[in-house]
Amino acid sequence: MELKAPEQELSRFRTRVLAAAGFVLFGFCLILARYFYLQVMQHEYYATRAENNRISLLPIAPNRGLIVDCNGVVLARNYSAYTLEITPSKVINLEDTIDELAEIIDIQVKDRRRFRKLLEESKNFESLPIRTRLSDEEVARFIARRYRFPGVDIKARLFRQYPQGELAAHSVGYIGRINQRELAMLEEDPQVRDNYRGTEYIGKTGLEQSYENWLHGVAGYEQLEVDASGRAVRSLSRVPPTPGQNLQLTLDVGLQRVAEEAFGGRRGALVAIEPGTGGVLALVSTPKFDPNLFVDGITVENWDALNTSPNRPMINRALNGVYPPGSTFKPFMALAALETGKRTAQQTIFDPGYFEFGNNIFRDSHAGGRGAVDMVRSLEISSDTYYYMLANDMGIDMIAGFMSKFGFGAATGIDVKGESIGVLPSPEWKRKRFRKPEQQRWYAGETISIGIGQGYNAYTPLQLAHATATLAADGVMYRPHLVKYVTDPQTGTQRKIEPEPVATLGLKPENLAVVRKGMQAVNISGTGANAFRGAPYAVAGKTGTAQVFSLRGAAYKDLSVGEHLRDHALYIAYAPVEKPVIALAILVENGGWGASIAAPLARQVLDYYLLGIKPKSAAQVDTEAGD
Amino acid sequence: MIDPRPYLKRLVLPLDPFLFGVLMGILGLAALMMLSASPERMEAQAINTGVALSAMWLVASQPPQRLHSFALPLYLLGVVLLIAVKLFGEVSKGAQRWLDIGITRIQPSELMKIAMPLMLAWYFQKREGSLQVRDFLVAALLLAMPVALILKQPDLGTALLVLSSGLFVIYFAGLSWKLIVPVVMLALIGVSAILVYQQDICVPDLKWPGLHDYQKHRVCTLLDPSSDPRGKGFHTIQSTIAIGSGGVLGKGWRDGTQTHLDFLPERHTDFILAVISEELGLIGVIGILLLYCLLIARGLMIAANAPNLFSRLLAGAITMIFFTYAFVNMGMVAGILPIVGVPLPMISYGGTALVTLCLGCGILMSIQGQRRRA
Repeated sequence: MELKAPEQELSRFRTRVLAAAGFVLFGFCLILARYFYLQVMQHEYYATRAENNRISLLPIAPNRGLIVDCNGVVLARNYSAYTLEITPSKVINLEDTIDELAEIIDIQVKDRRRFRKLLEESKNFESLPIRTRLSDEEVARFIARRYRFPGVDIKARLFRQYPQGELAAHSVGYIGRINQRELAMLEEDPQVRDNYRGTEYIGKTGLEQSYENWLHGVAGYEQLEVDASGRAVRSLSRVPPTPGQNLQLTLDVGLQRVAEEAFGGRRGALVAIEPGTGGVLALVSTPKFDPNLFVDGITVENWDALNTSPNRPMINRALNGVYPPGSTFKPFMALAALETGKRTAQQTIFDPGYFEFGNNIFRDSHAGGRGAVDMVRSLEISSDTYYYMLANDMGIDMIAGFMSKFGFGAATGIDVKGESIGVLPSPEWKRKRFRKPEQQRWYAGETISIGIGQGYNAYTPLQLAHATATLAADGVMYRPHLVKYVTDPQTGTQRKIEPEPVATLGLKPENLAVVRKGMQAVNISGTGANAFRGAPYAVAGKTGTAQVFSLRGAAYKDLSVGEHLRDHALYIAYAPVEKPVIALAILVENGGWGASIAAPLARQVLDYYLLGIKPKSAAQVDTEAGD
Repeated sequence: MIDPRPYLKRLVLPLDPFLFGVLMGILGLAALMMLSASPERMEAQAINTGVALSAMWLVASQPPQRLHSFALPLYLLGVVLLIAVKLFGEVSKGAQRWLDIGITRIQPSELMKIAMPLMLAWYFQKREGSLQVRDFLVAALLLAMPVALILKQPDLGTALLVLSSGLFVIYFAGLSWKLIVPVVMLALIGVSAILVYQQDICVPDLKWPGLHDYQKHRVCTLLDPSSDPRGKGFHTIQSTIAIGSGGVLGKGWRDGTQTHLDFLPERHTDFILAVISEELGLIGVIGILLLYCLLIARGLMIAANAPNLFSRLLAGAITMIFFTYAFVNMGMVAGILPIVGVPLPMISYGGTALVTLCLGCGILMSIQGQRRRA
């Protein structure tokens, strides 16, 4: 036994070695099982994850479509510029970084402020510009020190530019950075959201907003191989973006400029429409603003200046200002009388200078009265008494019924979002508008002033121009529109925005002829005669002066002090009478008499459009329009 | 003209051809993968390899008796140095592991990986024939002291390796199965319990008795790497992706996207197996496992045939260190073991572990040579 001890010891050791070998084998099998599981059973899953790690889809924003006028004059375009951008998520201390950047690149207080505003509104992980439009020298200076600024980079970006500045700003509108609210809207549709992944700007107002879908285009993308730090290593594939469609407008920049300058700093609006198509030739709202200010985030100072100005330059008065039409309502009243058989053209009334209804006296603006007045003369001299009586004879329901056919109190359907619908007064409207029963009731006395375009009447200049254009087109109504063609910049194919006849009112030609005669008389011997003296073309027109302080309903409430109490001057016209090519409505806020303020303005516009005569002041600036 | 053959023979004689062959296979694969993962480190690793192989040759050409006589002094030196580290050591990356001895910095814990099995084998040899339960207690004490010192640095990986090297000596020395089996069972039950109940025990407010929060965090991150994808979990997630995406055949040498786009951390050191898995696939993993199996088989064979207790225990324990290294590294890279900083033996970049492991090979060769000489 003693002798055998080492032998026994050895065999016992060898058993342990064998057990250890078994242990090793077991351990390695465990490992192998794990690798088998990962590499064979879970291979698909991990292969996908590795691909997701390495491949990054970089959206490429499409170039936004251009906006040009009917002659190709550019109203909105893109230009490329370098911006200095910070990705906040990659920067440890933003303030320190900006301070250090300021040592090599000029960064103003306003830049910092704008950056902070963008930061508040930003989507996560995107890079935000701290400075735009860097000079070549600044670019070089930064590139040399780039290593010091992780998370900061120079980018070449396309910027929107409105080369005409304030011209037609309300129609063209502007773009701005996508804000949280817009982002939430875009994200409702996954397809739209994907298309906007690389896009930072979106149309905010005007055509830029209304034609956003056309102008934006389809985003492309680049498949990039990236490393763990997110740096692109190489490009794997690239789907180019499809640029947005270009818009060619019906708007004529020359006419627009003449019209804007004719206002000479006064507040107001002008809408000129081609009667046979509904194409908007000019759409003016003054005062104006410079849409370029909004493109890369408007500064607080500029924003405050625009918003606190009592003149409210940001409001598009042509679409959103609602005014009583005053006497410009009378041609439509006359036509209504003829069509409904309430008057004949030859029927005369006696005008003593006032109209008495119950205990109320409705005064004519011509105090002494005009004696015997027929329909043509009522328009020529703008008799109030004639229309007080007419309104009383027709009654409110008949008036409202006829006027609604002309589009009063309804959206015109213009291709710019957000037009106001104004107020076409009727008992029904009053019931909806007011809460208290005594206010909801329509009083017969309220009908009287409706006849001269006062009372609750409130329309946008666009509605007035639209109705005038319909009148000029003998009752054929076209949808007003600013865009004539949508052009594909790649193929050059044009898609015409066809004139859409919305309705044919079926007006009797002889009735139209009476009203036309009356409106022509206005400019020959009536209230517009001074303004149109010597005009070589025949104009149908009507002046209007709308009282501000009797204004009710949905009109400006804050314009009721001092100068703002003065009457609005209005004028509607179409020309040439034989074959109208332009119909317009003009409103000058607190301008006073329509005849002395609005009608001369119309003369300048018509002279330019029909004869090519430029007013002196406009002629000098117009040379730069060709770029 | 001098005949080179005698010199060549003297050079080759101490080397065990089989072991050397396997080793060359592993080192060849290591070079290949280093060329992919970190070609700029090829030169440095070549120098490391040269040093390691020289050390191996030097040890291999010594008789085991000399190793025997080194055992006690080496162990004592190791303990003294570990205490010195505790007192004067340099702190780097939050751990106190290095000792500056003027010319260079040394890591005494590394020395313990060899000194520990030497010491215990020496002790059991000394007690041969009159082994009592008390001796196992002494061995446990000899083992526990340096392990505790290393654990305090803290260096969990090295502590684990030193501990396992000692435990293997004790195991081979004949620790009763009655003790081994219950402990192993208990450990298995504990690990399974953690796996089953991970949802409940990893809730933030629960304190684990006796453990620090960071230790709990480490275990919980292992159980669910996605709970900390940017921090500790990042390594595990990215290396599992690298492994899984490699599939059976791999993406091809130098074509690993996880590796070459920097998603894989520590790709040339602890996580080089993920590179192999990604680029050479399951085939590569099986190849490595086979090479290690051959290495370990040869080592155990040497142990089984060693002429005395000291050699047997030493050879057995050292062989099992290879296994521990390989198992822990492969497990942590594949996300089934916590990340403790154990390199893949003889493949990961770095001189220290390579020299230690080659010294181990040298010892095995020395023991094998003893039979030849006898």
